[in-house]
Amino acid sequence: MSSFKRDKKEEEDTGGNPYQNLDKTIILQEARYFNETPVNPRKCSHILSKILYLLNQGEKLTTQEATDAFFATTKLFQSKDVMLRRMVYLCIKELSKLAQDVIIVTSSLTKDMTGKEDLYRAAAIRALCSITDSTMLQAIERYMKQAIVDKNPAVSSAALVSALHLSSTAPDLVKRWANEAQEGINSDNAMVSYHALGLVAATRRNDKLSTVKLVTRLAKSPIKSPYALCLLIRLAAQLVEEDDSDASQPYMEFIECCLRHKYEMVNYEAAHAIVNLRKTDRDLAPAVSVLQLFCGSSKASLRLAGARTLARLTAKHPTAVAACTVDLENLISDPNRSVATLAVTTLLATGAESSIDRLMKQISSFVSEISDEFKIVVVKAIRRLCTKFPRKHQSLAAFLAGMLRDEGGLEYKAAIADAIIALVEENPDAKETGLAHLCEFIEDCEHTTLAVRILHLLGREGPKSRQPSRYIRFIYNRVILESGPVRAAAVSAVAQFGAQRPELLPNIKVLLSRCELDDEDEVRDRAILYNAILETGDPNLINDYIVNIHKPNPVLLERALRDHIDAKLEEPFDIMAIPTEEEKQTKEDIVEVEVRKPVQVSIEEIYAEQLAKIPGIERLGPLFKTVPHFDLTEAETEYRVRLLKHIYARHVVLQFECTNTLNDQILEQVHVRLEPPQDYEIKTIVPCQKLVYDKPDSVYLVLEYPSAYFDSLGTFGATLEFVVRDYDPNTGVADAGDGYADSYPLEEFDMGCSDQLRAKAGIDDWEQAWERAERASEATDTFVLPQHDINEAAKAVCDHLGLSKNAITGDAVKEIRGGGIFRGGAPVLVRARIASSSAGVTMKLVARSPREDLAQLLLAAVG
Amino acid sequence: MVHKKVNIDGSLFEPTLYLVKGMCILDNDGNRILAKYYDPAILPTTKEQKAFEKNLFNKTHRANAEIIMLDGLTCVYRSNVDLFFYVMGSSHENELILQSVLSALYESVSILLRRNVEKRVILDNLDAVMLAFDEICDGGIILDGDATSIVSRTALRTDDVPLGEQTVAQVLQSAKEQLKWSLLK
Repeated sequence: MSSFKRDKKEEEDTGGNPYQNLDKTIILQEARYFNETPVNPRKCSHILSKILYLLNQGEKLTTQEATDAFFATTKLFQSKDVMLRRMVYLCIKELSKLAQDVIIVTSSLTKDMTGKEDLYRAAAIRALCSITDSTMLQAIERYMKQAIVDKNPAVSSAALVSALHLSSTAPDLVKRWANEAQEGINSDNAMVSYHALGLVAATRRNDKLSTVKLVTRLAKSPIKSPYALCLLIRLAAQLVEEDDSDASQPYMEFIECCLRHKYEMVNYEAAHAIVNLRKTDRDLAPAVSVLQLFCGSSKASLRLAGARTLARLTAKHPTAVAACTVDLENLISDPNRSVATLAVTTLLATGAESSIDRLMKQISSFVSEISDEFKIVVVKAIRRLCTKFPRKHQSLAAFLAGMLRDEGGLEYKAAIADAIIALVEENPDAKETGLAHLCEFIEDCEHTTLAVRILHLLGREGPKSRQPSRYIRFIYNRVILESGPVRAAAVSAVAQFGAQRPELLPNIKVLLSRCELDDEDEVRDRAILYNAILETGDPNLINDYIVNIHKPNPVLLERALRDHIDAKLEEPFDIMAIPTEEEKQTKEDIVEVEVRKPVQVSIEEIYAEQLAKIPGIERLGPLFKTVPHFDLTEAETEYRVRLLKHIYARHVVLQFECTNTLNDQILEQVHVRLEPPQDYEIKTIVPCQKLVYDKPDSVYLVLEYPSAYFDSLGTFGATLEFVVRDYDPNTGVADAGDGYADSYPLEEFDMGCSDQLRAKAGIDDWEQAWERAERASEATDTFVLPQHDINEAAKAVCDHLGLSKNAITGDAVKEIRGGGIFRGGAPVLVRARIASSSAGVTMKLVARSPREDLAQLLLAAVG
Repeated sequence: MVHKKVNIDGSLFEPTLYLVKGMCILDNDGNRILAKYYDPAILPTTKEQKAFEKNLFNKTHRANAEIIMLDGLTCVYRSNVDLFFYVMGSSHENELILQSVLSALYESVSILLRRNVEKRVILDNLDAVMLAFDEICDGGIILDGDATSIVSRTALRTDDVPLGEQTVAQVLQSAKEQLKWSLLK
């Protein structure tokens, strides 16, 4: 030991880091010392920490190296040194992910976990549970149960936390420990009580009734641990959210009570819950006053917590936040820029038009100092202001343009561009200035994607402006100066001008023919295509291929192409059959700093994976659309069944997503007996072989549509049929018998027009499209609607036909102008005029489609 | 399919014990001394982690603002001499809980290092600090939030300098320091 100490001294003298320049091979060599007897605890401990340090720095060990190190480490179990033993556990945990045969240490760890030394026991439990698998769990179960109720809090906590980790892999087993965990909730030790509550809540996650019991019981005799209280508040808040009736009143009272708790952590948790639950300003008052206090705190985290939660509140309850204006004003110059940004943006959202200029000045004073995420928050706040105070657009647009010129990442620049684009689209007065700012920006923009987007916008909006020729110069500059993708986008934009402004056509043709000599294939191809189309002068052709282009969803397009190659190469591929990209829903405007956003996936993409299981599905052609799921059973019943309808050109796939909510039953051979309307033909049934507790699985039915469109409307009856087998959740053994057959009636469902129609998102030139369809077959009828209010009536009709609500225009007389594509690819246009008369609400519906039966079907769907 | 109860706008905090996404200690050049990340979905590779740490360090080493939101994470931090302590949680998490974990981390390391919270000392006692990490957070679950109990569980090597070899003055000195700190707290 003495020599080692000297070594260490020397290292210190050189002032170096003993962990610098560690070499993996040398250290793994050093692991040989572990074999020496007697074990030198200090030295070995130091070597272990070197190994751990290496792993922590991201050094990669091969499986062999890890296994060798692991086995060397196990030799150290002979030492009685507490610290060394603890380091061994730590090493076991780290190496177990990389090494093989780690199970070898199970017996040593089990010995430690049941031994006398408390310091070993807790850590041994955690190490053991990290290497064990579900088969071995059975063997240690008894010890785990004992450990959970152990007197020593460290041991108890360790067992509870390990149980929680295990519950993701062996939920049934861990559930059996719930009784022991229950006792732990009332422990005097704060952490034990927290972990016990966490485990109990996790095992009951899907069992609402017992969660209700748990929360009710604990809300009456509050626990002391602040962490546990926070968790309890979250559980209670979830219950309130799910059930907003008077029954949830006690939980609400409990949460309000927590506002006055001595720990700030708990106060905040409660205030946050209330803010996100309450509907009226008056109920919010106590929570808001707590947050208000936080804003004046000396701790930055408290101020941030307060400001952030208040900021969230602005969207729903601006008046409640208005009471805190003074406190927020004080935060504008906060040293923590995050807090300052939140304060300013909140004030912007709640403030009056008069205060905007002052606040903008404040922001510009520190905008360069804050991180990109917060700059985005500011940009979004300004974007909302543009909508709220259209008259201020001049100064706001100027501010945004200023920000656009500053340094910043792509995401930040994209947010600004978005804001300006929104401004241009919403506010006709701001269009010219907004476009001018964007033109200036693309002159010097290093982000290709952004430049392409802006060029696209210029192509769309530019031709409608008073002086379209101004923009052409900017766009054409791109063709000369930029990279391939940008040039291609610029060509498309130029073509738009040619298509929509006949007076510019000759000039555009000259520009396009210049582009035909480009180096890049894409640019050349586009130029030639557009030139050729413009040459024809055919308005339909120009409309379909330049102005309103069909934009298929790329993910589904890829899948459809793959299916096409697999199944039917000889037939032509129909790109129109692919669902179009949906318009992104603009989310509620909340001042929020969240950078990691969930990726938006369309419902078709989610289920495409699951549908691939059905044999022969590729023969049905590309998926036309998926109708979002709805329940075929009441909530809170034994079995939950949700229906999804996947529509194909001539087929429909019914997906019954079933969930078994009884943990003492297994369902086998689950299938659905369907009573379809006449002329529907059931092609394939894919039953679900086994349905275990809480693991949803699906039954699929493939049906062929009747040959006449008109017959496709109808109502389906369905019954769930299955064989029940009893199952003991405690032992995890299913009953050996055959089980008995049973059935469960499901609610009826319809196949309507909305299911089979894919509405076109916002047709810009509906008027023209309607005119062009004049020669198509037309069906007209007049209806009396049951609704009393024309607004409601219009919405109901849209729902019924599957049109988007944006299609509704007009005030006294509502007019619906919509259109879409029916399954199979035939376009449909609809015009409905709705007016209230003495007899009620009447509607005149006109449908135009190249196929007469389709037009008739639309009328039938309403009638 | 994952059946997780997520409310519509995700505004309420989720009732889970997995609150801590990561903890780390960096030196005054932003290099990692010790770091643990607990959520396999967040920063899965060491390369990403180190890039994140560099970014975090650049954003925090000058301004002592104690909390920052970065890359979708809420990071609370604290520094002393040449060390920076960070605790990371989801951007949708109770900041004060994270703050309490940070103070548990800082306090326990500080006790373990006998109030000499600096790089040289921490490297000499890295094993103890590793154990402290392990005692504060287990796979994202807060294991303990009380510094004294964490230290007692990390099995601090009391025989560092055998008591017999310590001079009376040393013993007195350390006793004095302990007292001073307990008063200052």
